[in-house]
Amino acid sequence: MSGKFAADKADFPTSGPRVDVLGADPRPGSSKPDSILSVRGVSRSFGGLKAVDVEALEVQRGVITAFIGPNGAGKTTFFNLLTGFDEADTGQWSFEGRELSNKASHLIAQDGMVRTFQLTKSLGKMTVMDNMLLGAPNQLGERLSMSLLRGAWRKQEAAIRAKAEELLQRFNMVHMQDEYAATLSGGQRKLLEMARALMADPALILLDEPMAGVNPALVQSLLQHVEALRDDGVSVLFIEHDMDVIMGISDWIVVLAEGQIIAEGTPAQVSKNPVVIDAYLGTNTAAPAADGAQAESDVAPGEGNS
Amino acid sequence: MNTDVLFAAIDINKLLGTTLRSSINVQSAAFALGAVGLNMHYGFTGLLNVGMVAFMAAGSYGMAMVFTQGFLGGGILMGALFGLIFATVIALLIGIPALRLRGDYLAIVTIAIGEVMRIGFRSDKLLWLTGGPFGLPSIEDRGQGVSLADRVGRDWNPLWDTDNPTKRLGFWELTFDAKTIWLMIIGWTAVFLCSIFIWRLIQSPWGRVVKAIREDEDAARALGKNVFSYKMQSLIIGGVIGAMAGILRTWDTGFVETQQFRPQTTFFIWTVLILGGAASKWGPVIGAFVFWFILTIAEEALRQVVDSGWIPEWFIDSSDVGRVRLIMMGLMLAALMIWRPQGILGKKEEALLDVR
Repeated sequence: MSGKFAADKADFPTSGPRVDVLGADPRPGSSKPDSILSVRGVSRSFGGLKAVDVEALEVQRGVITAFIGPNGAGKTTFFNLLTGFDEADTGQWSFEGRELSNKASHLIAQDGMVRTFQLTKSLGKMTVMDNMLLGAPNQLGERLSMSLLRGAWRKQEAAIRAKAEELLQRFNMVHMQDEYAATLSGGQRKLLEMARALMADPALILLDEPMAGVNPALVQSLLQHVEALRDDGVSVLFIEHDMDVIMGISDWIVVLAEGQIIAEGTPAQVSKNPVVIDAYLGTNTAAPAADGAQAESDVAPGEGNS
Repeated sequence: MNTDVLFAAIDINKLLGTTLRSSINVQSAAFALGAVGLNMHYGFTGLLNVGMVAFMAAGSYGMAMVFTQGFLGGGILMGALFGLIFATVIALLIGIPALRLRGDYLAIVTIAIGEVMRIGFRSDKLLWLTGGPFGLPSIEDRGQGVSLADRVGRDWNPLWDTDNPTKRLGFWELTFDAKTIWLMIIGWTAVFLCSIFIWRLIQSPWGRVVKAIREDEDAARALGKNVFSYKMQSLIIGGVIGAMAGILRTWDTGFVETQQFRPQTTFFIWTVLILGGAASKWGPVIGAFVFWFILTIAEEALRQVVDSGWIPEWFIDSSDVGRVRLIMMGLMLAALMIWRPQGILGKKEEALLDVR
């Protein structure tokens, strides 16, 4: 943790993208030097639509990896599969060497892979502090048999509370700890959800559109928090639509389209990749290219498999 | 018609006496107990249990079966224990399939289980055990031929006075026979202890998880909490307390029959909880008191007025009174929902936070 008031801009190391990812192979499904999450052949269909069909993916430890792709590319579904909130039709994935395929969501979280949601799930009728305390794993007092024996968990509770205060301090929310989470603004809820996930000391945190609906002033501080996480050794995997955000903080970008990974690489590599420009950026930036993009994305899956 | 006649028609002492008597009676304690259990389910965990009678029936019939058939050695305490175990089994039967699904499914399953049990117990095939449609009019201990009412009210009752069996205890209009007083003490003590027990649970980290599940199951899951297990624990705890309510009611009436377990009873318990304030510590207690207070004062006042002829018979006659009191209860509840949606003791802020 980088200091007590780490949220102050000056305290943040402005490290920029990490250099060592440059050594990774910028091809879809390539293996990484030190992978924390590796996925093989995961697919999920809804009726006739194959929402996710990922041949292979490795996520490198200690870097910020961004998932991008047009709407309906299957990013959130892929997140849901990985974290046990949906069941995959096929495939295996392992996290830090442990097999996670179709494990119950709470067990995956206990293993150290914690997620947040696109539509924030702050617990409205609970205070900010209660939200935070909930994030801590392995609490004695959460067992029914121990819950009435205050003496058995008082010490642990105090330690958890101290940790929660430290995190709230870092996220500039300590003054709101006794307020109901429902009274927070959308951006503050995003912050709270992220801080709550950090209570579990995750090895990998999956953020589903952490910046969506957050006002620009808060986006800056959220970005700094995400970078600070990486610098503290937490691996970050996040879905985002805002290109400035993605190019600004991600070390590695994975591009999905129609459920498949069509490209990977550093921001510089991805932004120059014609497949990506056609399938994703092209449709947004240049209207006349729309036809071409359609044709390209039909070809792209073949390239993704090579 | 002038109001002097109206006031002359009402006997205030009798009106208040009757009303207060029923507000603190054993039935009121049983409803409070049922609402404490439902508070665990709905108020704190967010489980939509619309079949509280299933748990009450498990308690009542479980206790009655052991007492009459002499299973497990018989006796009221063994019977009560068996009733609580029976309720646990019912909770597991409901929970294993239904708690994995979303909330509305639980509502459907619970209301169905309640009806399945009620109609099942009515079956002729179970005549030997449950008395079928006749119920067990006087629950008798088969070994000794002692009725449940005698066992609870006489043999087991420290307040019982053999020389003066009709002695009434109390003061003013508030007098009760020895059995009723004894059961009121047991009942309200149980209500008190269960309320404290649940409140302590809710104040613990266990309660924090349970409340999180009420707010958003997926959030709890994403934080590594085994949601199914917590919901099951909550269902069992509330169900066992519901069974206590059934047992207490059967000790009071001395008989069981399936008509006592119509869905209506579940809705009365919901009314008690909503009146008092869901997710509050003493809401169920206040709710039960107010529920019986309104129900009885409406009935008693109306009866006195109707009997005095102040209200013309073509409008309301004495046989309508029972129905009119329920209409008044319904109106009260509607008014409460409009002006005080959180109930009497609920937290206003929490009720308003729902509005997104």
